[in-house]
Formats: sequence, structure tokens, C-alpha cells
Amino acid sequence: MDFNDSTEEAAYREKARAWLAENAAAHRAKWGELKPNTPEHMAAAKEWQATKASAGYACITWPAAIGGGGGTPIQSVIFGQEETKAGLGYGYFTIGLGMCVPTVMAFSDGETKKRFVSPAVRGDEIWCQLFSEPAGGSDVAALRTRAVKDGDEWVINGQKVWTTGAHYCDYGILLTRTDPDVPKHKGLTMFWIDMKDPAVECRPIHQMSGGREFNEVYFTDLRVKDSQRLGEVGDGWKVALVTLMNERLAVGGSAGPNYREIMKLARELAGATGPSLKDQSFREKLADWYVQSEGLKFTRFRTMTALSRGQTPGPESSIGKIISANQLQELANTAVEMEDQYGILSDPEVAPAEAAFQQSLMWAPGLRIAGGTDEILKNIIAERVLGLPGDVRVDKDVAFKDMPTGR
Amino acid sequence: MDFDYSDDQKFLKEEARKFLAAHCDVGVVRGVLDNADRSFDEKLWKGVAEQGWLGASIPEEHGGLGLGRVELCAIAEELGRAVAPIPFASTVYVLAEGLMAYGSDAQKASILPRIAAGEVIGCLATSEGPGVVGPATLQCRVDGGKLSGTKIPVTDGDVADIALVLASESGRPGLFLVDLKGAGVSRETLKSLDPTRGVAKIVFDGAPAERVGDAGAGFEVVQGVLDRAAVLLAFEQLGGADRCLEMAKEYALGRYAFGRVIAGYQAIKHKLADMYVKNEVARSNAYYGAWALNDGAQELPVAAAAARIAASEAFWFASKENIQVHGGMGFTWDVDCHLYYRRSRQLSLVAGAPKVWKERLVSELEKKNAA
Repeated sequence: MDFNDSTEEAAYREKARAWLAENAAAHRAKWGELKPNTPEHMAAAKEWQATKASAGYACITWPAAIGGGGGTPIQSVIFGQEETKAGLGYGYFTIGLGMCVPTVMAFSDGETKKRFVSPAVRGDEIWCQLFSEPAGGSDVAALRTRAVKDGDEWVINGQKVWTTGAHYCDYGILLTRTDPDVPKHKGLTMFWIDMKDPAVECRPIHQMSGGREFNEVYFTDLRVKDSQRLGEVGDGWKVALVTLMNERLAVGGSAGPNYREIMKLARELAGATGPSLKDQSFREKLADWYVQSEGLKFTRFRTMTALSRGQTPGPESSIGKIISANQLQELANTAVEMEDQYGILSDPEVAPAEAAFQQSLMWAPGLRIAGGTDEILKNIIAERVLGLPGDVRVDKDVAFKDMPTGR
Repeated sequence: MDFDYSDDQKFLKEEARKFLAAHCDVGVVRGVLDNADRSFDEKLWKGVAEQGWLGASIPEEHGGLGLGRVELCAIAEELGRAVAPIPFASTVYVLAEGLMAYGSDAQKASILPRIAAGEVIGCLATSEGPGVVGPATLQCRVDGGKLSGTKIPVTDGDVADIALVLASESGRPGLFLVDLKGAGVSRETLKSLDPTRGVAKIVFDGAPAERVGDAGAGFEVVQGVLDRAAVLLAFEQLGGADRCLEMAKEYALGRYAFGRVIAGYQAIKHKLADMYVKNEVARSNAYYGAWALNDGAQELPVAAAAARIAASEAFWFASKENIQVHGGMGFTWDVDCHLYYRRSRQLSLVAGAPKVWKERLVSELEKKNAA
């Protein structure tokens, strides 16, 4: 058991640090402090991604021949740590590179791979994942978007929801229903699509947090070629599971304030009987948050250790989001309550430091749902880690068209 | 970075599990539980000594195996799993580890070989009644090398040969080594929440006492001893918590209600998933503690506190929910759930309650941030 870098790891970290010292500073000098979700922010992100790709620091674990870094999972983690320390890190590419492009690589022909992988690694093209639908949240396979074969093409009609970044993405992977006469998991087929096609319409969703990062996406007679199919007809669920498996690796850490930030706030804020940091009930919560955050960090290290020993990481990474999303919600709420009446205020112009907690308070409910609700993640742990029986599924043997929908 | 047991350590852990399966089944545990005159299993103690576990991390020059602390952690995890009824923690984590960290050369040379050989049982005597003992309340005193005062409760104090005792000398706190078989010591066995671990009241009346560590540094030395013990205890707690999850799972998979196994109901599945999450958080924090202990890292106080808090929470949750999953069966004397419930409480309190460790953790974080 060793918490320190090995000789090779230390050498890699040194190299990454030196590279970042030079390039990150230059990048920041050019782009400064940009507001997220603006065209300038996106342009900066694309430039940074391309810079990393040229140096082998984008998709570090992928082969160099397809634009990756040809490195190890540990190297990827090390670079990520150093990049965060250097104050850089854009979220636009996470879903595409973490989930969509690996699916395209696993299920498409050589020509398609050649066309798409390298531009995605360089950040020239951004991908989104079109799975969720109004009728199928946690029950992904209950989706209704239809794809009907017409000669060498498919015609797609329907609606997706909660698609992150659909409004700025170039391509997407789309799960459709191609056979409603068989049970729900058996009649699905996956395609890649061009998000700029006029038959695709994105409508941003105004979230309770005030943001608009997600979209509803409508398809009206969208025509795709059969060569855009990923996997066999009717095998879409199998393909989707590969995507979702990668999701667990890609969606790990949580954004937002942690125990350090709330500790800083508590040091500065007056409580009823002195500084809030001296309040005994707050101190106990703080200790719990520290233990959970560090526990999660070390759990990720254990996963990395498994990877570096050539083992596959287990579904234990499912614990990450359960802990971090709940903690973010509780921590933000404690901070807001600690501010007393001032906690009502959510104006970044007046209270920039405090507003971060208000923002997290409104964002946390979404984090507890996105990428699997707490309940679904607990089911995953119970069934795939502990080997307990699956839930009773009354629709298992029912043709999709005969499934009760309640409307 | 390498965050798991090595292959050799895993092998040692498997061997330990096999040995305990053969020599510490639940009959052995119940043999102590059901007999008020016994607070540990002498045969198991002898076997454990023969395996070399008592001296696992004691240097070879003092009769031990000279292994690292991670190896000791692996053994601790298995002892916790088996709820082994022996004074291992008091003797190894506290007395041996304490002497190795703070003892004089003479103290090490005279006591460590006897620990490794299984000839000596140790204990730590700090508590003097309900609540946390602090500089303002410490009553036991050493005068001219003679200790007087009362310690209650002392875990394993009913069977121990040697005690580490917190007492003040000329108004300054110190930690003292006392021979419990010598003059000026009388003790009384008391009932324990976990009868597989003994507990006593010890009255000192002019007992010869020899200081361990610097004069006046009693609380710092005790805290240093507890930091080390906390990491090892965390592994015992983790082993116990994992076993509770297994027991709950085995039971839920075999028990039918309303026409199907209860393991298929989401309320039970989610309960077991919650146990798993807490156990994994505890495991990860314990591994960090093991690294800090083994490397003598300056992060030890924080790592030890985090390991102890996480492990105490995990074992408490797993032990109480294990009973709940078992239903009425779980509340009977005959089913083993209560062995773990008792042990979880014993282990959470023996080196200071989680509340105390939470305060210590936050104080350390404050220091870190002020620096």
C-alpha cells in the first residue's frame, strides 16, 4: 500500500507539470476569465483540447494511432490532477469522449472510426448522448422514438429529453425503437446522427437551477443511412449498456464546493455564540463530509490500482455519485442556513463567495437524478455487486406496444 | 501509487482467515460469551501466538516477525471478521505499538519479546469514570515512582499483566508502565457490553510506575498511541462490518416472505447497498490510514481519525441493520447478530468515541489550514 507516486509515476507527473506550467499559463493569458456557456468559452475549450491532443495529453489511455496519448489509466489520473491544480478543465468533451465515441469505436466500421475519432479527440467535434425520454427516465428501455426502415435508410420520429449540450453538439448517438412487437429491451437499435440536420430540433430546458444546459430534442422525419447504425438491428440495448458502463467511469467527481470551502465560510461567519466553525454540531458534520470526500478519493485510487494491475474496475464506482450528490445538497444547505438571513440572497454581484452555495443548492437535486437516480444506483450495487435478485419486472415478456403506459 | 494489499499481504490475509475459520468459529466466541468467568479464549490466544501474529510487526531483534504495519492491518481485518475473543488489540495495537513508538530501549528489550511469545497481555488505562478524561479532571497521580488512584473501565484490565496508565506527576501528565501482578494493584472484574472482551476497575495504591515517553507529555503520548491503535482497530471494525453485510445478504437470500425471497425487495436491497457504501468508504479511509501508519507519515493524525470515524460508522450501521434484516430471529441470543452488535459498540468506544475523534479531526484540519 503506497500513497506516493512510483518512480515512473513521479517522472510522468514532473513532465506533465512542466508542460502545464508553460501551456496552461499561455492559454489563460490569451483567454482570461470567460463565462461558461458562451461562444468564447467554447472556442477556448476547443483550443485547449487541441493543444492537449498535440502533446498526447488528450484521451491519454487511447492509442496514439487514433489521436490518443498511448498512456496508462494512472497517467490519465495524474494529468487530470495536475490540470485541475493548474486551474484548467472544460466539461464540453466529457460525454463525447467518455461515452459516445467509445461506443462508436466499439460498434462501427473502420471508415466511420477513422472519420470521427481523431476530430473528437482534438475537440473539433463535440458529441452528445440521446437516451432519455419523457416516458422513460430511469426506465431507459421504455423509450418511444421510432426508427422505421425505408430502403437503405431509416426514418426517425420522436423526442428525447435531458440531452446535455445538444444545442452545441455536432453529432450524437441515438437509441431508437425499431420493433414495437417484441418486449421492450429486444426492439431497440442504436444510430449515430448529425445534430445539425434540419430534421433535428433542440429546445433548451429551463432548469430549476436557472441554467439551460439540457435540451429537449425533436426528430421529424429524420433520415439516416443504414451505415449509421451502431451494432445489429434489435441489439440497441446491448450497445447502450456499453455506453452506460463507460458512463460510470466518466462521471466520477462532483463539481461544486466541498468541505474546504464550507470550512472557510464557517471560519469567517459569525454564529449565535461565536464563529460558526466553533459550533459543535457543525464540526461533526464537517468531519463526516471530510471522511466521505476522502473516502471517495481513495476509492478512486483503489479503482486505478485495479486498472494498473490489469484488473477491471467493478461497479463499486457506483458509490461515487450517491455520496457526492447527497453531500453537495446537504453541505450547500448547511452553508445557506449558516448565513442566516443572508442565506436568502442569491446575487453573485453582492455575494460572490456565498452565491456558490446557493447555486449548488439548486443544482444538487439534478445531480442526484442525472446519470442514474440514487435509487437506480442502489439497485445497481445490490444486483451487480452484491448479487441480489433483480426487481420484479411485470413488462419483461410483454410486447412494447402492449405495455401499460397510464396515458 | 498503489492502493491495495500486495499479493503477499493477500496471501497472509487468506491464511489468517483459514486459521480463524478452523480455530475461532462461533462456538469459540460463544464459549467466552456464555461463561462469566472467562473473558478470553486461552487456547486461541496460544494459537495466535504460535502463528507469530502477536509479534507480526515487532522487529526480529525483539523476537517478532519484523513485518510491516499493513500486514498487521490484514490480520486485524480477519480478527474483526471472526469477532475473535482475545485481548489482541490491547496487547498488540496498544502495548507493543506504544512501546515501539515511545518506549526506552530497555523497556522495548524487556517487554517486546514477551509480547511476541504470548507471555504478556497488555492494556491501556486512561478512563476514570463517565465522560472524557482531560488535563483538568485527571485524578491518578505518581509520586516518587509510585502510582495511586482508580481507573475505570479498563478493557482487558481483568487479565492483563502490564498496563499503560495515564497519570499526573508533579502536576504534569505522563504515561506510565505498571506491572499489574506487582504490589499496590487490586482489581475487580466488571460486566462488559461485549462479554467476549473483559473489563475491570483497577485501584492503584503505591504501585511502582515507570514513565514511557517524555515527562509532562502524557496526553500527547496517549494520543500518539491511540492514533496507531485507531488505524488497526479500523481494520477490525471493517472486518466485522463486512461480515455483517455478508450475514444479512445470506439471510435475505434464503428467507421467503409474501411469496419471494426478501432479498428481492427494494427496501432490503437498498439497505444492503447502504451498508456496502459505508463499508467501502471505511475501507478506503482505512487503507489511507494503513499507509500513513506504515510510512510513519505526518498525515497519521488526520488519516487515523478519518479511518476511525468511517469504520465506527460503518460497523455500527452494518451491525444494527443486520439485526433488522434478520427480523425477530436477529433479536435472539441464539443467532449471531448480537455478537457483532456488541463488538461494534466495544470497538467504537475502546479508543475514544467517534465524537471525540471528529473533534480531533476538525482541530487537525484547522491547524493545517492555519499553517
